[in-house]
Parts: sequence; structure tokens; C-alpha cells
Amino acid sequence: MSADWPILSAIIWLPVLGGLLVLFSGDKAPNVSRWLALAVAVLTFLISIPLWTGFDASTAAMQFEENIPWIESFKVNYHLGVDGISMPLILLTTFITILVVIAGWQVIQYKPSQYMAAFLIMEGVMVGVFAALDAMLFYVFWEAMLIPMFLIIGIWGGPNRVYATIKFFLYTFLGSVFMLVALVYMYFQSGSMEILGFHTLKLGLTEQILIFLAFLAAFAVKVPMWPVHTWLPDAHVEAPTGGSVILAAIMLKIGGYGFLRFSLPITPDASSHLDWLIIAMSLIAVVYIGFVALVQKDMKKLIAYSSIAHMGFVTLGFFIVFMIAANPEVQTGAILGVQGGMVQMVSHGFISAAMFLCVGVLYDRMHSREIADYGGVVNTMPWFAAFMVFFAMANAGLPGTSGFVGEFMVILASFRADFWFAFLAATTLIIGAAYTLWMVKRVVFGDVGNDRVAALQDVNKREVLVLGSLTLAVLALGLWPEPLVKVMDASITNLVNHIAVSKL
Amino acid sequence: MPAIDMKTLYLALVLAPLAGSVIAGLLRNQIGKAGAHWATILGVGVSFALSAYVFWLHVFQGAPVFNENIYTWMVVDGLQLHVGFLVDNLTAMMITVVTFVSLMVHIYTIGYMAHEEGYQRFFSYIALFTFSMLMLVMSNNFLQLFFGWEAVGLVSYLLIGFYFKRESAIFANMKAFLVNRVGDFGFILGIAAVAMYFGSLDYAQVFDAAPAKAGETIGIWGGSQWSLMTVICILLFIGAMGKSAQVPLHVWLPDSMEGPTPISALIHAATMVTAGIFMVARMSPLYELSETALSFVLVIGATTAFFMGLIGIVQNDIKRVIAYSTLSQLGYMVAALGASAYAAGLFHLMTHAFFKALLFLAAGSVIIGMHHDQDIRNMGGVRKYMKITWITFLLGNLALIGFPGFSGFFSKDAIIEAVGHAQIAGAGYAHWLLVAGVFVTALYSFRLYFIVFHGEGPRDEHAKEHIKESPAVVTVPLMLLAIPSVVIGWMTIEPMLFGDYFKGVLHVASAHDTLGEIGEHYHNQIGFISHGVMALPFWLAMGGLATAFYVYMLKPEIARNLAIRFDWLYGLLTRKYGFDEFNQAVFAKGSLLLGKGLWIVGDRTVIDGIAVNGSARSVGLLGQTLRWLQSGYLYHYAIAMILGLLGLVYWFVIR
Repeated sequence: MSADWPILSAIIWLPVLGGLLVLFSGDKAPNVSRWLALAVAVLTFLISIPLWTGFDASTAAMQFEENIPWIESFKVNYHLGVDGISMPLILLTTFITILVVIAGWQVIQYKPSQYMAAFLIMEGVMVGVFAALDAMLFYVFWEAMLIPMFLIIGIWGGPNRVYATIKFFLYTFLGSVFMLVALVYMYFQSGSMEILGFHTLKLGLTEQILIFLAFLAAFAVKVPMWPVHTWLPDAHVEAPTGGSVILAAIMLKIGGYGFLRFSLPITPDASSHLDWLIIAMSLIAVVYIGFVALVQKDMKKLIAYSSIAHMGFVTLGFFIVFMIAANPEVQTGAILGVQGGMVQMVSHGFISAAMFLCVGVLYDRMHSREIADYGGVVNTMPWFAAFMVFFAMANAGLPGTSGFVGEFMVILASFRADFWFAFLAATTLIIGAAYTLWMVKRVVFGDVGNDRVAALQDVNKREVLVLGSLTLAVLALGLWPEPLVKVMDASITNLVNHIAVSKL
Repeated sequence: MPAIDMKTLYLALVLAPLAGSVIAGLLRNQIGKAGAHWATILGVGVSFALSAYVFWLHVFQGAPVFNENIYTWMVVDGLQLHVGFLVDNLTAMMITVVTFVSLMVHIYTIGYMAHEEGYQRFFSYIALFTFSMLMLVMSNNFLQLFFGWEAVGLVSYLLIGFYFKRESAIFANMKAFLVNRVGDFGFILGIAAVAMYFGSLDYAQVFDAAPAKAGETIGIWGGSQWSLMTVICILLFIGAMGKSAQVPLHVWLPDSMEGPTPISALIHAATMVTAGIFMVARMSPLYELSETALSFVLVIGATTAFFMGLIGIVQNDIKRVIAYSTLSQLGYMVAALGASAYAAGLFHLMTHAFFKALLFLAAGSVIIGMHHDQDIRNMGGVRKYMKITWITFLLGNLALIGFPGFSGFFSKDAIIEAVGHAQIAGAGYAHWLLVAGVFVTALYSFRLYFIVFHGEGPRDEHAKEHIKESPAVVTVPLMLLAIPSVVIGWMTIEPMLFGDYFKGVLHVASAHDTLGEIGEHYHNQIGFISHGVMALPFWLAMGGLATAFYVYMLKPEIARNLAIRFDWLYGLLTRKYGFDEFNQAVFAKGSLLLGKGLWIVGDRTVIDGIAVNGSARSVGLLGQTLRWLQSGYLYHYAIAMILGLLGLVYWFVIR
């Protein structure tokens, strides 16, 4: 199905152009740029809704396609399109961006127009990453994404922002260079930059393994997977709240998306050969990182580590496919795992955003992220406490919230691969609850910790709007995940069938 | 059959308390205190009325089993997951008990919490709890069971930490949640195993397919094969051990007494903690296929029943004595399940729900009278000031120790007899512990009773002047609970234990049919009683009662002397066998140590220190070296050239 009008282009370029407009509106009338930014974000979100309502869930084919030549001499096309895997992530992006704009409304007093512009441009570029079907276009968006985030952390970040930005930039850039080499190699093999063409490209095992490792370098850093995760806590700690939200809710998902769009379909045999590596890294992320999160003294660091652990479920769900297929006792489970990983990505988008926004609410008032500086927040901020406890429970995977759905699906699927995978993955029920609730206990509960806590003001209407929308999203996905699963089903089934066929 | 659509009725039954909870929670400032309690009481009241109606339909009208899905949660990969209701005789009994006790607790709370902060919040929570518990017991599949399971855990967490300013309360609620999560860890793996081997999480489908899978094995470690049913049942039971507080996952329940007394009655005595017993009984078609699992259940239950009862003897907090009693009674129920006497376990669940809720609420009434002092050493002579509380407490106590004719007598005797008839491994051990436990039960119960209600008046003069009977909102629920505590056993033993009330719901393999064997000798209640008073447990109960009377009424110094004489035992009991210290030292401290180690050594030293910043430094170092080479001084280059030349000469000529 193709749209009557270029809806994907609109979702990409409206925020980019709107961002430039906001940028040029300047800081003389900050409220104008704020309202302008909000209008652009809301409009973009509204435009993206037809992607969901007009989506044909019965096919795995690309929809809303746009394909025009871009650099004809190199056969590089401006080719966009979405399937069930990318479409939900685009909606997540447009939804979260609105919240980020609202959340930065009052807090950002330093160069607010540039701040808003950076996020809008970021939005367009991230949608571009999800929608690109041409590898060159994908790569351009992929690298372009670094610039606004680099600026967001570098300009509005904390005291140690230079170290964090450099680390963030070098890590991700180093990873993507390898990916570029792999893309160029496949261009020469296939004669085009079409990603879907790469899917059907015949590749030998050695080639596949090298390509797989190149992709791994790029995607593992983005996810991030253990042991290339240490940039994330530093980046989060230094980033302003909005930056953390985008980073956790969307940018990490791009790593997971990359595995589904590139690694698995292009190099199925290498993925099958090296699945033990990814599974091991994922399980280490779940267990090891869980324990590390437990001892963090900084709330943002704690949530950052918790993100890494939760993203471990995503990669685990994606790569147990091959072990399930190898197990003669079971016929199903592979789709369950990949679906679980995807649901976990969307859910983590909501929950991590909410957790960082909660910390932001506190930080705006007390200018501290140290757990020890708080205590008894519930006494002065009862409504905020209710939100925080709710999201903490979602973070701990309480059934009825979205946090449960993905973890549950992945645990079920990994049981089909190997009892011990499920065993290790399920430890998150205990460790995840431990680090989250211990933080809640020290920050939210207890008697009023100090005078500054005693002077706290409860959440205002703007904050209620932001946290309330996320509450609804988390509950909706937790109580009725069927719509999301249904939308993804055809594409994921197709993917699983595709990778079951060896390219050798 | 009535014209009303049953599905709508069940939805209303479940959603009424939820609506009450949402109203009381979100509109707490608008509707005020009275609005909050009316909204929730109305919700739970509707729920109780409908439950009673459903119960009536099932008992007297022979209503058919209702099993329908409400909506599809998810269909993925051939796995159909729904939210739906299964209402049979077991469900009908559970919802009636849950909503009745909940309603009593709601009314009682008006009095108990009258002067507390967070009044609306409290009502919102307990109504939410009622909703969650109903979802749990009415589920027709494992997924929704787990939903309810965790939801009641959440509300329990919120309510234990109700007094959030108190450090001990917020420690206790976190502890409760985490220990329950250890159980849930096993539970979710059990559910995963069911999903994997049955391809469904629907009760009916799984139970139908179960007998065919009895012989299947599962490879867990190396080449060794385990019976599939044993693995599934034990994993699921680990969940029950968390929720129903069985050794060694019992440690959270005594601490949960940090919560206000009404929830100790509702959640931590009558309903939530019995979810594990309900679950195992529901899964009887699975448990019957694994004797290993049944033995495991039996031994854990009996161990809990006896050893937790012992701790009750040395506690001095009125609520904690009852809490240990709850642990012990839950152990009895679990032991019944292990002996395949599911009906007896459920029967005791029901009688216990009434008399234990009564005991807790009566204790709460005493606590109100004592101005929130809970130490029994400060009490005494309360019977003179609080007549209704005194009588109802005494009735509850008699039910608890199994005094002939009272509800607890029938249920406890049935359990002990059934375990006595059991043939599986561990049955002998379990039987003796349960029999000895009867003495312990009577001893701690009447120690508490005599110390609190008899003897000289309250120690504190101020307390003595102000102590008076609680208001009617408190005493009426006590009286209403006292009635079933006395008579429910007599009324229901025939259909529940030896009749066909649970026919088609509980499955008992003929080799395990312990209750059937007892049933052969059963004629009527009188016969059951006269058989009971001839047996050892009755005399042990009387012995316990007499001992308590002698020691705590006549010769108080005996208790002190014994404590000194057997200080090792006394110490062991007051330290609760050291479970808490062990968990704190090994699991809590160990996790922190491990986390610190991984973080400092793994993340900061190895990954960041050596790999990341190390590479950065090496690049920097390389740059430094290269910069030194390109110094810009001509003589440096000249020397380098000469050295290079010499080297080449050496290489080509001399070598």
C-alpha cells in the first residue's frame, strides 16, 4: 500500500524544517519558540497517526513507500517505507518528542529556541533512520542523529559534559564506521544500496561473519550491550532531562532495530553461528548490570544501568530464535521471542522516559540526583510519589504495566531455547525489583529527609500532563498488548521465516 | 436460570470495588472521608451481594460452571492469552469469603482509622486489593492468575508501607515485595514450562492434556532427566511459598505487621496469603501427577506449621503472635494439600479466614483501647473494659485451637487425619509435627489470651483510665465474624469434605484419596466430634490450654525460669531461627558486595579504565611520541638520518 501523499517524508522533514524555523525565531521571545516547537511536535504526531490507522497488518511488505532517485550515478535512492517493525517505533518517536518539548518548557531558560530546535531536528532524523530503506540514506540519518544529541549534551549538560560527549561520540562513531565498511562491501556485491536487496543477497559464511561483526560493533554500542555500555551512564548523567529521555526512549531502540533490519536478515547464518555470543552478552547485561544498578548512588546512573539490563531482554529475545529452531521438542517460540523483544523496546520507551522525567522533576527542584539528598519526598509531593511508585513498579515488570509484557514473552520464549536462559533472565524479577524499589524507598518514602525536601512543591499541571500521558501508555500496553502485537505480527513472522532459510 | 447475563454479573462483581477504589483514590480531596468510605463500601458491598448470589446459585441451584473469556490479551506464535473468568464451586466459595471479610474490614476501618492521616488512600487501597484478589480467584488461566498474584502483592506492598514515615514499615514492605518476588521467580518459570509443553495457559486445556504428559521428562542439567510434572509443580509451588509464606520464604509475613491492623486481617491472614493454597488446589490435576512434588509440599507445610508456631510462644507484640499463628495455620493448609486432601486445605482456608480475621480485628480493637500500644506486657485485665472484644476474641481463640464444635476443630482434625492416612514420602514426619503443633497452637493462643484479657489491669495508669470498648463500627464486624467462626465448620463439613461440593473441581488420584478413607467412617458432625475427643490432638489442645493457664495465670515465674534455664532455645526462638540475620548477611550484603565489585572492578577498572580510557591514553601517548619525533629542529632530523644510515649500513654490510 502506498499513500496518496508522502506521509513519511512529511514526518521526517516537517520537524526538521520546523526546527530550523524555531532556531531562527531566536530567544528574544522564548514563548513564541516554545509554542512553535510544540505546534510542530503535535502536528508531526498527528500526521504520523495515519501510519497506524492506515496500516495493513496482514502483509509483511513495506507500506507508505516513497522511492525517488537521489544520487543516480551510484544508484542511491531516496527510498522510504515502513513495515510492522519500524512503524510502532516511529509513532513512539513522535509521541515522546511532544513530551520532551513540554517537559523542557520552563526548565530550559538558556537558549530555549536552540534547545527546542535540536529536539525537533533530532525527531526528524530518528524517524528517517526508521523509515529509510536505502542503506546510504539510512547511514546519513544514522550519523546525523549524533549531531543534535552531541549538542544537547554539550550545551545543556552537566559539569562533566565534555568527557561524556566525547565518549558518547567516539563510541558510537567508532561502531558505525565498521557498519559503513560493511554497507559499502554489500553495495559492490549487489550493485545497489537497497536494504531489502541486501536481505536476499547471497553471502558466504566468512563474509557473513565479518559483516555480522561490523554490524554488531555499530548496534551493540547503540543498544548498548555489555561490555560496550559504559558510555551510557556517563551520557545520561550529564544530559539534560530531555536528552536522557530521547536517548533512552528512542536512540537505544535504533540499535535493536538495526539487529532486526540488518544483522538477522542479511547474515542469518552468521547470526546463527554467533548467537551464543549475543545471548551471553544479553544475559550478562540482565544479571551483571542488575547488580551494578543496585549500588548506584546517582538516580540517573541507576536508571541508565536499569536501561541496559532491560535492553538485554531485547537482544536476548532476538537471538534465541536459532536455539529454539534447533530444539526438536518445540515448534513455536521463535516469533514469541522476537515479538517479546519488540514489545520490550516500545515498553522501555515509555518507562525509561517516565523514569528519567521523574528524576527530572526532582532535579529541577533540588538540583541534585544523589539518592542520599532525598528521603520522604512523598510527604511534600504526594501526587508525584504516586507517579514515581507506579513507574517504578512498571520498571520492575509488574503485570498490568507494559514492563511485564516484553519480559514475560522473552522469558517464555527463552524457556523453549534452554531452561537456564529462562532461569537467568527471570532473575530480573528479583534484581530489577530490588534496585528499583530500594531507590524508591530511599527517595520517596520515609520521614522528611531535610529542609530542602520539606520545601518541595508537588507536580504542576504541565508535569501531570506529561507523566499522566505516559501512565496511560504504560497501562494501555500492559493491559491490552494485542493491538501492538497484531501490527507487528506479519512482519516478524516473515522475518523469522526468512532467517530460517540458510543463505549458504 | 435468571434472565441476567452471567458475564455482565461477573464483570460487575469484579469491577465494583475497582470503581470504588478509583473514586476514593483520585477524588480523595473532593469527596472527603465519608465519601471515600461510602464509595468503597458500596463497591465491595455490591461485590459481596453478587458473590452471595453466585454462591447461592451454585450451592442450591446447581448452576453450571462458567468458563468464558472476556477479552484477548494477546495472540502470538500460536499462544492464545486471554483474560477470562472461571466460576465453579471453588470460585464461588472463594469470592464469597473474600468479599465478606473485605466488607467487614471496610466497615471496621471506619472506626480503626478514624483519626489517621491518609484515610481515603487506605480505603482506595483495600478496595483495589479486593478487585485484585477477585481477579486472582476468578481467573481461568495462568496469565491472569499471575496478574492477580502480583497485583495483590503490589497492594500488600503499599499497605505494609502505609505509615511511610516509619523506617521499619518501609523496610518491611520492600522486604515483603522482594521475598515474594523470589517466589514469583519460580512461579513464572513454572508458567513458562506450562506454556512450552502444553502450548496453552488456559486451565481447562492444560488440565485436559495433563494426564497424557505424566510420563514426560525434561532435561535440565546435563543428561539427567526430570519428570516434567515434578518440575512444573515444584516451580509453581515456589510461587505459593512466597505468597503463602512457607519456610524459608516466610520471613516477610511477621514484618508485614507494620501495616495497619485491618489489612493484617484482610490481606495477611484471611485472603492474600491463602492465594498459594488456592492456587495449588486449583492445580490439583497437575499435582496429582507428581508424588515427588506432593511430598515436597507436605514436608514444607508441616515444617512451617510446627516451627513457626513455636516462635509464637515467645513473641510479645500482640499482632506478631497472631502473625506467627497465621504462618503455622498456613502450614497446616499446605500440608493438607501435600496429602492430597485439597478439600481439607480449602476447608481450613475458609474457617481460618473467619476466625483469623476475627482475631486480628479483635486485637486491633484492643490496640485502639490501648492507644496503639501493641506490647502485651503492658496489657492485662482488658476483659473488664472491653466486653465484646473479649468474648469475640475468646471465640476466635477457641476456633483456632480446635475446640470441639468450633469451626477450626473440624478443619484441623480433618487435616491431621488426612495426613495420618497419607502414604507418600514424608507423611510420617509431617503427621507428628502437625499433631505436636496442636499443643503449640493452644499454648501460644491462650498465653496471649490470658496475658491480655486476664490478670491485673493495664500496667500504665493513664492507659487504665482511658481504656474503653471500641465503637460499634468496630464491634459489629467482630460479632458478624464471630458467627461463622463458631458455626461454619459444623454447617459445611459434610458437603465440602465428604460430599460432592468440590466434585469436578478438585482431582484426587485414587491412590492418594486420604479424605475418602476418612469419609468412609464419617456419619455426622456428632460422630466426628466424639471421634475427635477420643484422639490425641484434642488432649494436646487441652494440654496446651491448661499449660497456658497454669504458667501465665498461676505461676508466671515458671515462664521466666524456663526462659533462663533454656536460654539457648529461647534465644533461638526470639531470633526466629536466625533466618533474618542469614538473609541480611548473605543475600542483602552479598548482593551489594557483588554489585560494588562488578561496578568498580568490571565497569570502572577493566572496561573504562583499561579498555576505554586506556585506548584513549595509548592514542595520546602515540601522539606524544610522534610529536617528539617531529620536533622541527634540523639537527634532530640530521641525527635521525645519520642513525638511520648507520643502521642500514649495518643491515646490509656487516650482517
